Amino acid sequence: MLQGIYDFIKGIFEPFGEYLIASNVPVASSFADDIDSLIALITVFVGFWALLAYAAFFFLIFRFRDRGDGQRAQYVTGEEKDLKRWITYPHAAIIVCDLVIVFMAVMVWYNIKQRLPEADSTVRIISQQWAWNFVHPGPDNELDTDDDITTFNELHVQVGKTYHYELLSKDVLHDFSVPVFRLKQDAIPGRVMKGWFEPTVAGEWDIQCAEMCGIGHGIMGARIVVETPEEHAAWMSQGNSGKLASR
Amino acid sequence: MAEAGTAVETHGAHDAHGHGHDAHHEQSFLSKYIFSTDHKIIGMQYMFTGIVMALIGGYMSYAFRMQLAFPGESVPGYGVVSQGEYNSLVTNHGTIMIFWVAMPVLIAAFGNFLIPLMIGADDMVFPRINRLSFQIFLISALVLIASFFVPGGGFGGAWTAYPPLSANAEYNLTPLGSTLWLVAVALEFVAFLLGGINFITTLMNSRAPGMKMHDIPMVLWMIVIASVLFMASVGPLIAGAVMLFMDQVVGTGYFDPNRGGDPILWQHLFWFFGHPEVYVVLLPAMGIVADIITTFARKKLFNYKLILYTAFATGIISFFVWAHHQFVAGIDPRMANVFTITTLIISIPIAEMLFLYIATLYGGRIRLTTPMLWALSFIAEFLIGGITGIFLGASGSDIYFHDTYFVLAHFHYTFFPIAIIGFFAGITYWFPKMFGRMLNERLGKIHFWGTIISFNFIFIPLFVLGTAGQHRRIYNFQNFPDLAGLQDLRVLATSALLVMLAFQAVFLFNFVVSMFKGKPAGKNPWKSNTLEWTAESPPPHGNWPEGLPNCYRGPYEYSVPGREEDYWPQDVPPDTAPAE
Repeated sequence: MLQGIYDFIKGIFEPFGEYLIASNVPVASSFADDIDSLIALITVFVGFWALLAYAAFFFLIFRFRDRGDGQRAQYVTGEEKDLKRWITYPHAAIIVCDLVIVFMAVMVWYNIKQRLPEADSTVRIISQQWAWNFVHPGPDNELDTDDDITTFNELHVQVGKTYHYELLSKDVLHDFSVPVFRLKQDAIPGRVMKGWFEPTVAGEWDIQCAEMCGIGHGIMGARIVVETPEEHAAWMSQGNSGKLASR
Repeated sequence: MAEAGTAVETHGAHDAHGHGHDAHHEQSFLSKYIFSTDHKIIGMQYMFTGIVMALIGGYMSYAFRMQLAFPGESVPGYGVVSQGEYNSLVTNHGTIMIFWVAMPVLIAAFGNFLIPLMIGADDMVFPRINRLSFQIFLISALVLIASFFVPGGGFGGAWTAYPPLSANAEYNLTPLGSTLWLVAVALEFVAFLLGGINFITTLMNSRAPGMKMHDIPMVLWMIVIASVLFMASVGPLIAGAVMLFMDQVVGTGYFDPNRGGDPILWQHLFWFFGHPEVYVVLLPAMGIVADIITTFARKKLFNYKLILYTAFATGIISFFVWAHHQFVAGIDPRMANVFTITTLIISIPIAEMLFLYIATLYGGRIRLTTPMLWALSFIAEFLIGGITGIFLGASGSDIYFHDTYFVLAHFHYTFFPIAIIGFFAGITYWFPKMFGRMLNERLGKIHFWGTIISFNFIFIPLFVLGTAGQHRRIYNFQNFPDLAGLQDLRVLATSALLVMLAFQAVFLFNFVVSMFKGKPAGKNPWKSNTLEWTAESPPPHGNWPEGLPNCYRGPYEYSVPGREEDYWPQDVPPDTAPAE
C-alpha cells in the first residue's frame, strides 16, 4: 500500500526530476531516479510557497509604499481573527506539504540505506589518505580468496548486478561518493560500513571523496567503470596481474 | 553588590572633599576606549574587531575563490595557493565568519550597545564581566590569527574539525595550527558565556519601570533567547573540545578508533551545539529586522506574541535536529527518519515567523531607506536559504546533496543574510545613535544594490554546481573529469565575489567619513518609539545623566489612531496619566 502511494507520487514528479538533475548528472543506478523525483517534488512544493511568499512580499511593498501624501499607516495588531487567518491557513497547508515530503523522503531513505537487498556480488572499498583501494571478488565471486582482484582508484562493476559494498578506512574519515549513482557513505576507521547499489547503465564516471580528509582531499578521486557482462568477464579474466599499477 | 554600593558612597565622600573621582570625568584614551566598562564602548570594541575579522575572512574567500576559478595561477595579493593552504583558507574562512564575525557583531556588539539603551538602564548589570568577556574574545582572535603563522600553517581540517583528522598531527600535518585553532575556539566560547550571563541578567533585572515582558523590543528578546540557546548548547562542545585537545596534546584516544574511541562521538557533540548555533545567530538578525521594518513601515509588529512564541519554539526544536548533518556519516540509518521529521518540524515556526514579518508590511507606509532595504532584503534572501534547507533536511535527497556545493550555497543563503545583511541593517539603522551623525543615503544605496546583486551572482551558480554533483573543499576541480567542464560557472561566481568585495569599499568610506562629517542626527532621526532614541546621540556615559526613563507601552505603537504624531515613544506618559 505505502509502496503504491509512493510509486504514484514518484510517477508524477519523475519527468521533472529527469529535467532537474539527470540533465546534468546521468542516472546510472537503480535508485538514482528515486532521489531525482524526491528532489523534484521538494522543488515544486517549496517553489510554490516561495513564489507565493515573494508575490505577497513585493505586492505589499509596492501597494503600501509611502506615496508622500501624508496618509497614515493602519493600526493593526495582528491579533484580529480575520487577519490572522492569512497566517494560519498557509501554516496548516505547509504542515500538509511537510508530511508528504517526510513520507517520500523516508521511503527513499529506507530503500537505499535502511534495507539491504540480496546481493549478486560484494566489493570491498578501502579508503586511505588519499587514494581508494578496491577489492573485487574475482571469478569465484567470493572475497578473501586467491583470485581477488585489487585495483587502485578504479572500481569495476557489471551493469544490472546488485552489489554489496564493505567500506573501510585506514586512517581518517573519508566518503565514498558516486554522483551518477546518487550514492554517498562516510568511511569510518575501525568500522565496516555496509550498503548496496545496482548499476543500470554502462559507462565510466567519477568517484569523489566527499569528506575532508587532509591535504590531499582535493585529489582523492577515482573512476567507476560500469561494464556489460561481456566486458566485465573479459576484464575479470585478466586476473590480478598488473592491475594495482594500472593508474 | 554590597561592594559596589560601598564604592559609590566612597565616591560621594571624596566628592564632598572636592578631590575625588567624578563618575563622568574626562578619562584618558586608554581607560575610555581600551579598558572601558561602558557597555557602548564594549559594543563598539566587539563591532570593530568583528569588522576587522570580516575583512580577514573576506580576503581568505578571495584567495580560495581565485584558486577555484583560475587553478594553479598566482593570486594577486596572495600568491600560489597550495593544497594545504587551500584547506586552511576554507577552514578558517568558515571559522572566522561564524565565530569571529556573526557572533561578535550580531550578539555581542548589538547586544551590548542596545540592551541597556533599549530597556532604559545606565549600563549592564556586570560591567566588569562584560569587559573581561571582550578581553578574552580579543585574545581568542589573536590566538586564531597566530595559528596561521606557526610552522605547518593554520588548521585545514574544515570548520567542523572531525577527528581523527583533527585529533592526530600525523593525519592533518598541522601539529600547532590545529591545537591553536581549538584553543581559540574554546576561548571564544568562554567570552560568549560571560557575555550571555550579562545579557540575560540585565534584560531580566534592569528594565525601566513599567516595561513588561511584552513591552521589550523584539531585538532584545531575540538576543537573549540566542544567549540562552548558546549557553544550553555549548557545554557538550566544550567537553568535546577538551577531549579533542587531550587527544591532540596528551595522546588520549577519546576519538581514536584504534584505542577504543569513537570519531562519531565528536560529530554528535559538535552538531548538538552546531545546529542551535545557527539559530543563535539567526534570531538576533531577525530581531534587528523586526525593529527596522516596524519603524519604516510605521506599523505595529504583526502579532508580537506569536512572533515571540515562534522564536521560543524554534529555539527548543533546534536542540532536536542536529543529526541531520550526519545522515550519511554512519549513524544508525533508522535514526535518520527521526531527524528528518524534527527537521521538517522546525521549518514550521520559521516559515510562520517569516510570514508574520511579511504581514507586518500590510497597511504600512513603507519608506525604502537604506536600513529598510537591508531589512527587506534579509527576508527575501533568507527565504531562499530556508527553502533550500528542506532538500537537506529530507534524508532521501540529502544522500545526494550532502557535502556538495548545494549545501554550501544553502548555508551562505542563511549566513550571509544573518551575518552580513543583518549587520548592515543594524549598523545603518543605529549608526546615528552610535556616532551622532547620519550615514550618506546615496552611498548607502549604492553599497546596498552592489552587494545584494553580486551576492546572488556568487551563490546561484554554486547551487547549479551542487546539483551537478560538485563536492566541497576541493582545491582544483580539474582533477575530476566529470566536473572539469563547469569552469564557466566557477569563474562567474568568483567574478561576482570580486565585485561584491569591491563594493565594500563604498561602505567603509561612507562609514568613516560619516562618523566625522555626517549630518548631525539629533536624538531620534527615524521617529522611532524605543527608548534608545530618547537618549542623546551618542549617549553619554550613564546614557541618561538627567535621569533614567520610564516605560508606558509596547515598542511598536506606530500610527495609533487619534494621535497627532504617527509614533508614540515608550517613555511618553499616557495622556490621561496624572503628571508626575
